[in-house]
Amino acid sequence: MSIRTAIVRRPIDVGALLAEVQDRGTGATLAFLGRVREVNDGRAVTGIEYSAYGDMAERELAAIAGECAREFGIAHLVVEHRLGTLGLGEASIAIVVAHGHRAAAYEASRFVIEEVKRRLPVWKREGYVDGSSEWVNANGTPEQQQTQTAAREHQT
Amino acid sequence: MTVTALLFASYAEALGSDRVELACAESATVGEVVAQLRALPGGAALPPSPLVAVNLTYARADQRVASGDEIAIIPPVAGG
Repeated sequence: MSIRTAIVRRPIDVGALLAEVQDRGTGATLAFLGRVREVNDGRAVTGIEYSAYGDMAERELAAIAGECAREFGIAHLVVEHRLGTLGLGEASIAIVVAHGHRAAAYEASRFVIEEVKRRLPVWKREGYVDGSSEWVNANGTPEQQQTQTAAREHQT
Repeated sequence: MTVTALLFASYAEALGSDRVELACAESATVGEVVAQLRALPGGAALPPSPLVAVNLTYARADQRVASGDEIAIIPPVAGG
């Protein structure tokens, strides 16, 4: 089994990641890419600036991959998350999974992206064609707000 | 004692800094550090109970902090 995670500041080379998990013992190899979309919430996007709490992001990403390996028994897993300014269509995250069988490969890949969305300390500032820019999800998703409320109620 | 508060993204913009050294009481908790930050100019942008990590690990508001701790106030995350 091999697991590698990285927070990077260069373009993600998915071909290299696929080569990294090459293994004749695995029947299913799955690559997921998260890419910068040209329209978000009805606004035309020019690019996204990704930033992070670097040390913690590296640690959380490694923890997520470790949990994924234990949960789904994957053979190989490589996850890279990119920071910096990304243009339209560029990949911000790649999750490459190799497993004996497809069902677990799909589940493992889904697990990683959902955990990244839930807890990886990464933020994005989206730029728009009118020259403005905004922090995405600045107020949190309903689920994130619920977590905060639950934490607050726990204290009182 | 002194702790270091780290601010990111919209929170750093609101307070005009990504790093604040805070003098706090010996028995201070994470929640009290957050309250101190919220009292600073621009600090009202922080919610009363934001996500907080102490020395790279998510922490509860009642956790005690120690001198030299790195206390990160984590805005709603948006990775992926």
